[in-house]
Amino acid sequence: MYDFEFEKPSSISDAITLLSSEEAMPLSGGQTLIPALKQRLNAPSKLVSLAGIPELRGVSVNEGGMLEIKGATTHAVIAKQASSHYPALSALASHIGDPAVRNRGTIGGSLANNDPAACYPAAVLASNGKIISNKREINSEDFFQGMFTTALDEGELITAVQFEIPTVANYQKFLQPASRFALTGVFVAKFDSGVRVAITGASENGVFRWSEAEALLSDNFSPSSLDVLTFSTDGLISDLHGTPAYRASLIKTLTKRAVIAAK
Amino acid sequence: MPKVNITVNNNPATGEVEGRTLLSTFLRDIVGLTGTHIGCDTSQCGACVVHVNGDAIKACTMFALEADGATVDTIEGQANADGSLNVIQQAFQDHHALQCGFCTPGMVMSASALLKENPSPSEAEVRKYLEGNLCRCTGYHNIVKAILAASGQEVSAVAAE
Amino acid sequence: MPKDFGIGVSQKRREDVRFLKGAGNYTDDINVVGQAFVHFLRSEVAHATINSIDTSAASNMPGVVRIFTGADFEGVGGLPCGWQVTDRNNEPMQEPPHPILAQGKVRHVGDPIAAVVADTYEQARDAVEAIKIDLDELPAVIDMADALTENAVKVHDELKSNLCYDWVLGETDNEKVQAAFDNAEHITTLELTNQRLVANPMEPRVAVGDYNQATEEHTLFTTSQNPHVIRLLMCAFVLGLPEHKVRVVAPDVGGGFGTKIFHYAEEAFCTFAAKACNRPVKWTSSRSESFVTDAQGRDHVTKIELALDSENNFTAIRTNTLANLGAYLSTFSSSVPTWLHGTLMAGNYKTPVIQVNVKAVFTTTVPVDAYRGAGRPEATFQLERVIDKVARELKLDPVALRRQNFITEFPYDTPVALTYDTGDYNGTMNKLEAAADFDGFAQRRSDTEANGKLRGLGVNCYIEACGIAPSNIVGMLGARAGLYDAATVRVNATGSISVMVGAHSHGQGHETVFPQVVAEMIGIDESQIEIVHGDSSKIPFGMGTYGSRSIAVCGSAMVRATEKVINKAKKIAAHLMEASDADIELKDGQFSVAGTDKSVAWGEVTLAAYVPHNFPLQDIEPGLEETAFYDPANFTFPAGAYACEVEIDPDTGQVSIERFCAADDFGNIVNPMIVDGQVHGGIGQGIGQALLESCSYDKDGQLLSGSYMDYAMPRADDVPFYAVDHSSQTPCTHNPLGVKGCGEAGAIGSPPAVVNAVIDALQSAGHDVDHIDMPVSPSRVWAAMQS
Ligand SMILES: Cc1cc2nc3c(=O)[nH]c(=O)nc-3n(C[C@H](O)[C@H](O)[C@H](O)COP(=O)(O)OP(=O)(O)OC[C@H]3O[C@@H](n4cnc5c(N)ncnc54)[C@H](O)[C@@H]3O)c2cc1C
Ligand code: FES
Ligand code: FES
Repeated sequence: MYDFEFEKPSSISDAITLLSSEEAMPLSGGQTLIPALKQRLNAPSKLVSLAGIPELRGVSVNEGGMLEIKGATTHAVIAKQASSHYPALSALASHIGDPAVRNRGTIGGSLANNDPAACYPAAVLASNGKIISNKREINSEDFFQGMFTTALDEGELITAVQFEIPTVANYQKFLQPASRFALTGVFVAKFDSGVRVAITGASENGVFRWSEAEALLSDNFSPSSLDVLTFSTDGLISDLHGTPAYRASLIKTLTKRAVIAAK
Repeated sequence: MPKVNITVNNNPATGEVEGRTLLSTFLRDIVGLTGTHIGCDTSQCGACVVHVNGDAIKACTMFALEADGATVDTIEGQANADGSLNVIQQAFQDHHALQCGFCTPGMVMSASALLKENPSPSEAEVRKYLEGNLCRCTGYHNIVKAILAASGQEVSAVAAE
Repeated sequence: MPKDFGIGVSQKRREDVRFLKGAGNYTDDINVVGQAFVHFLRSEVAHATINSIDTSAASNMPGVVRIFTGADFEGVGGLPCGWQVTDRNNEPMQEPPHPILAQGKVRHVGDPIAAVVADTYEQARDAVEAIKIDLDELPAVIDMADALTENAVKVHDELKSNLCYDWVLGETDNEKVQAAFDNAEHITTLELTNQRLVANPMEPRVAVGDYNQATEEHTLFTTSQNPHVIRLLMCAFVLGLPEHKVRVVAPDVGGGFGTKIFHYAEEAFCTFAAKACNRPVKWTSSRSESFVTDAQGRDHVTKIELALDSENNFTAIRTNTLANLGAYLSTFSSSVPTWLHGTLMAGNYKTPVIQVNVKAVFTTTVPVDAYRGAGRPEATFQLERVIDKVARELKLDPVALRRQNFITEFPYDTPVALTYDTGDYNGTMNKLEAAADFDGFAQRRSDTEANGKLRGLGVNCYIEACGIAPSNIVGMLGARAGLYDAATVRVNATGSISVMVGAHSHGQGHETVFPQVVAEMIGIDESQIEIVHGDSSKIPFGMGTYGSRSIAVCGSAMVRATEKVINKAKKIAAHLMEASDADIELKDGQFSVAGTDKSVAWGEVTLAAYVPHNFPLQDIEPGLEETAFYDPANFTFPAGAYACEVEIDPDTGQVSIERFCAADDFGNIVNPMIVDGQVHGGIGQGIGQALLESCSYDKDGQLLSGSYMDYAMPRADDVPFYAVDHSSQTPCTHNPLGVKGCGEAGAIGSPPAVVNAVIDALQSAGHDVDHIDMPVSPSRVWAAMQS
């Protein structure tokens, strides 16, 4: 690892100031960043820890009825504190990595990283979520811009994430056998206004919505609604663990299962 | 160089570190507690699991500076005050839950976190909880058995079927 | 009262206490005062010519002690191969040099080009980044069949081709073999791969070299399964050092599984550099580095043909295998696809004609060598898969077909060079049938099917050759080492005993098990006995631990040495009691004179040995310490039968292991708890191979599975509890304990059981699938179900 200065501010504004220096990076749970630093894939001059900022932690429902999770809230805390508000999201958090990873890793770090196989992006997109940064609100549709790419600017910090709370929802994660990230993951969320389906782990462009399935399920929220669909293999990931055809099949299977399991 | 103060196994530990010094490096090289092992560089094997303020974490995936002021418990602090093995450690010995011993510190620390959270876990819950702890020697059989036994459950019938 | 010490007791492990307290002493825990750190510049490409290496900028970086390149090792030997295989035309194998640091060319991703020794690890790494190398990239050589074509790019320019050897075993007359197939009633052919694996002991490799200028002594601390072998190879073949000036210590080692047998460049480098830099030099492998430097395992592509007569007797087997050796010959690599593989092709069956053909191939990949089972899993897998296939084709009960063909009379000379001394394959199969509850399978299947899933049962047998083996025979077969082992039993004046053994424990529990044997023989408490291992300056020259040989070979040496001790002690006791040697009996730590009530205790005799005031000095020397070297008369042949039940999710192809039963015959057993543990661990690895693990390269020679992000290690929730039984016992006929060894059985016996079960499940649902290559991953199962 290259060396860097370590800073631990206690407010968002101090963090933003510190992040304005050349090659500074935020450090949240470190569960992605530290392994990358070990491989010397990054050379930050300064790491700004978000762990000492109370305003970056917590789970609550805001006045608009949206579930708001602060950016540096850990997976473990989300699993616990979101369970009464949004059980499907809580269940998703409780299946990220392992207990030790969940005790450190955070939602803000996960979204900023936007790993194509990560879990939260599917939840955020399916929940018509908003990413709140220190400067703006970004709709989930605009936030995810392909593998490891987001709408965030240099030095911009995710301070919170807001989710519309669906009437029922479910996340189905099919494990990549080695990393245990999502080989394919499907988040189905049913709102009064319609159904949203977001797919992670499958596409070369990262998380995306499956609009055909959404239309059919909005009409009839039943797994059989999907029988008429086949998912195209175009643009799906091909790797050691699965072909595009396999991922396409998983997308359909998991979507059906999510509809059945949605609570 | 910045300085950290960490309470390790109830003893104060202080040292000068770099920004990049990992908690695992601090424990192994500065405090001299080499029971916390390093089995990977991608945060997946769990040989390095310790408790920070009571939570199981991977010491290889946290900077020493992040633990400044924290309470850290490692495998070296697990035995009873008289030096005898604690309930989990004793169950590991009784049920042959270790072979080479390399994964063992992380396994014991994860097991103790599990039993704090869930004092009487099912077999499936134990297996799930150990998702981040790799063992190449035991095929996990006796580790799972030992953790069930440490929780006070009857294990004599395990795999008799 | 149940027995509470000695042979047959599940004694708890004494080594556990230090491991459970975090007080083990692994190599990376060792820091020598003043040590520097080495980091290697490793090739990022699979194959290239090195035009130049410019270390000038790097040399001036902070903390750099010295930079080494291949030029520093020009006068130094390369890493040797310990087994010379002779090909079908009696020609020796092609044996390319294996330099410590690359000489002119790199041949796999990870091949070391240069090494920086610096004050800190990070400084060494910084300086490595500042070394400028100019490479001309060459095409990678990955596919074995391609590598053997006429115009293939050569991995080693100085060799004739990429073929290391073309080897045959068994019936060498092709016409006779063909005739057996021509006369067959039924022939079944199966083409399969036994995929490449990475051993992945949880402790990565570490080496610490130290040199004492005053005494001119070298010390190497290393993660090894066999410190004496490392010392011999490094001194005699690589560095040309006097053996008596070199001490090799393998302290607590965090698992080996074969990959810590071999002598590696980093060990020789740290030894060499410690003297050259006049500073201790430490290397700690990261896991990422171990994926490109630890010798890997398996990697065979095989076609097997099995012929049967009209009564379903096996009449002939012919196999053709391509075995990947990687870029260089690792220490025992050449023996794995040959003598450790071909010789097992008879399995548990009396097939009269067997021909094994193996072509071993160089490719631009990490070297391949022994991994738990080494050759025997490859043999077992192909044989047990083809038997399963033929049973399905002919609609025969796979168990009955096996039973019908079992070898039942011993000793049995196989057509592939081995003599099985003893065994009872029906015995283990009987145990398996009971433990696995074959009768209840139909009900379990229908329960599974009611849940929308498929269920399959797979069964197989295995035999392995362990306790490798008589030195004169292995010498004839090309081994460049003896394969005996040694033990010194040192009795102290107060009666306690230190046993110095050549075997090395890296998880096997020798510190607990070996004393059980000595305690049994003498009749004293095990706590009086201590095992010393892993330090060449303390132990007699032994060959270490691999091939399930510790108790069978080193344990036998220990028995012999203990017998010598007892014989001498009896003489002393006879003198003390003024009786004749022949009348002395030893029981429960007491020497007595037969037919009298005279006796002396063990402690009195040992004291007399060291305080020889009343001692037969004219007949025997004072002291009580004996050494024995034991060279076995034959291999040992553990064997058994395994059964696996799987469920398959037909929508996703996900396989889950619902039941796993193993019935093994290990002969006599010293500590049943530890034997169970060895089998569990082996099964865990076997299930890993069957369902999860794969070391894959792309066509450019880049490793696609270079970390746990892509190399799927078995985890606790991938496996079930295993039912293991070893009550069917036919003691080995030629070693004093009647033991056979149990370390590899699980890894050898389990992969075919899993794959057979998967095929059974798929066929039960009408899928026309007769084989899926390992790992039987969800995507492969799903794909097989689509066709
Ligand atoms: C063994 C293991 C298993 C895992 N399994 C899964 C899994 O199954 N599913 C899954 O989704 N993930 C998984 N992860 C990833 C895990 O969820 C990480 O916690 C997460 O991806 C990153 O969060 P972090 O808080 O650790 O971020 P960090 O590692 O601290 O940071 C990641 C990146 O985001 C930046 N960043 C951090 N916080 C912010 C912020 N608030 N605003 C802007 N930028 C920020 C950092 O600068 C860095 O570039 C796993 C990780 C490990 C080690
Ligand atoms: S060392 Fe592997 S997870 Fe920490
Ligand atoms: S006991 Fe060796 S890795 Fe678990």
